[in-house]
Amino acid sequence: MKRTLKPRAREQLLGSLYSWPMGTWFTIFFIVPLAIIILYSFLKRGLYGGVEFELTLNAYREMLNPSFAMVVVRTIWISVLATLICILISLPCGYAMARSKHQTLLLFLIIIPFWTNSLIRIYAWIFILSTEGLINSILIKIGLIDEGLRLIYNNGAVVLVLVYMYLPFAILPLFTTIDKFDFSLLDAARDLGATKFTSLRKVMLPNIKSGLSTAFIFTFIPIFGAYTVPLLVGGKDSTMIGNIIVDQVSKTRNWPLASAFSMIITLASLVGVFWMLYTSRREEQLKKDGPKRTPQALESKVKAHHRAGKGVR
Amino acid sequence: MKGVEVTVERVTRSYGDFKALDDVSVTIEKGEFFSLLGPSGCGKTTLLRIIAGFDYPDTGSVAFDNKDVLSLPPEKRQSNTIFQTYALFPHLTVYENVAFPLRLKHVDKKTIEAKVNEYIRLVQLEEHLYKKPSMLSGGQKQRVAIARALINEPSVLLLDEPLSALDAKLRQNLLIELDHIHDQVGITFIYVTHDQAEALSVSDRIAVMNKGKVLQIGTPYEIYEAPATRFVAQFIGEANIFECTILSCEPYGEEYLMRVDVPALGTQIQVTDYDPQEIGSKMDFTVRPEKVRITPNFPKTTKSEVNILKGIVEEPVYSGFQSKFYVKLDEVNETLVKVYKQHTVFLDDGPDIEWLDEVYVSWHADDGYLVKDSSQ
Repeated sequence: MKRTLKPRAREQLLGSLYSWPMGTWFTIFFIVPLAIIILYSFLKRGLYGGVEFELTLNAYREMLNPSFAMVVVRTIWISVLATLICILISLPCGYAMARSKHQTLLLFLIIIPFWTNSLIRIYAWIFILSTEGLINSILIKIGLIDEGLRLIYNNGAVVLVLVYMYLPFAILPLFTTIDKFDFSLLDAARDLGATKFTSLRKVMLPNIKSGLSTAFIFTFIPIFGAYTVPLLVGGKDSTMIGNIIVDQVSKTRNWPLASAFSMIITLASLVGVFWMLYTSRREEQLKKDGPKRTPQALESKVKAHHRAGKGVR
Repeated sequence: MKGVEVTVERVTRSYGDFKALDDVSVTIEKGEFFSLLGPSGCGKTTLLRIIAGFDYPDTGSVAFDNKDVLSLPPEKRQSNTIFQTYALFPHLTVYENVAFPLRLKHVDKKTIEAKVNEYIRLVQLEEHLYKKPSMLSGGQKQRVAIARALINEPSVLLLDEPLSALDAKLRQNLLIELDHIHDQVGITFIYVTHDQAEALSVSDRIAVMNKGKVLQIGTPYEIYEAPATRFVAQFIGEANIFECTILSCEPYGEEYLMRVDVPALGTQIQVTDYDPQEIGSKMDFTVRPEKVRITPNFPKTTKSEVNILKGIVEEPVYSGFQSKFYVKLDEVNETLVKVYKQHTVFLDDGPDIEWLDEVYVSWHADDGYLVKDSSQ
């Protein structure tokens, strides 16, 4: 008897074969480097860069150094602030795009900045913000100020440029979610007595949660690891974790410490991604069959409610 | 709950070149079940949205009990709407959906619970309180929408094709339920639909609309039996409509009996009307298919006002409860007259009529109508 695979089994086998190229790629260029970084963060620092193969927690102990801790705290608040500003701008923006007749054009306009290298765009901001830059020269010309304001090389400039750089990453997911939102729900809310603002807050926001969390992750993660922006438009006190890593790798040559800081960024991203997966899974679940309850539990709850209701009356 | 009188006066609304509403005036009485009936794009939904406050007219006014409401936003009007797609909030349970309007008003918990239960009972959804809208069937969603719209105790309930997404059987049941609810709450219902059967069966009065204009306002009986325009005659039910010329006119009881020439039928026929018409004037003559009798033999009648024509069955259409026959008249050899016939073969109605049978079609002059306004 000739042995043949059943169609389903064959398909499964083929499926796993198809996933090989992708799997290999990820293993070589993603998992292996990550494993190396994890390993390095637990090794002893080599005298002239590199590492010595001796397991130690030194790198993590060094991170507790107040000057580093300051940088971590700063990175967190800059990232959170920039991300929140991005989302606050993106909400009305995504709403307007979803309701616009010219969606394709607007999407195109949002993608255009990506055609220019990000470094060039940051340099453009330097020209705009610097003491003799665009803004200052205009203000001087119209006579509002006599002397150029210090707009650049501070944390404000870092937040501003970060918001500029990562705004599209917040607008796009919010736009796609709002576009799918049923706007007649807003009419319904207003019809039932909600003001314009209340209807947005109580009906629209809960229904675009998945878009909000995606926008948060898409902006927060890259901002948290930002390196060029604080380097180019930030001041002495604008260093972020990304800058520490570069310093530790190339100047101080403390590779374990650099690896340890990378671990923080990776962990922050992981937390974000898992949170996003959790919320979108939950939302799907809710959409599919309501709050996660067994039919029996639901029934007993309804019965309990009725009993309680009858008791009151 | 008390209904209000809704007065729409000379409302016009254009979108670019398109006139959605053209000088529309309607007065809807307190507590009335009023339908806006017309084909899609006739402006009925636009009118409803203007009454609800989601749209604004270019000119004209809308008043509830003679108080202008155009300056009020939707949330301040005493009207609530049931949307075509129900527009239930997907993130809230049935209970929270119905409680939504009360939560906005910061009503205390006990009152909310009592009222939600009251309205949930009205629409018989007690068993689905904690389900999300996505777990409900179309009919159940519809009921949630009704409960949610009524809990605010509005004076006017606006219904925007609320049954169009449901299947035929369910539609019938919900329609009857809506009628019961209307009797119970006694507020003004304004019901938008393109389905004439729905409108005819529940409405106190109907406004038939087309191309942004109201063509006729009347009771279902008036609209069906005495259509004011050619469009109304054709849109509501079915009708045989032919151009005619008035030849003679004489009193006939309270009405007038007229002899008219109908070129399409190739003969002269008799028709009655409440108003005398000028001799020689051109009008449209109409008779409903179910008022026409079809017989294999020359019909026995003693009445002289019966019109009798001879023809051949060109196309019989069987549809269960009745059949429709397209009869080609001998005189003109092209015009088709539509005739309905119930299947009552065993009641001495003679044998079944089949394709290419020679038949006589006959109707009483009182069952025909003259349509005055043939332009619309």
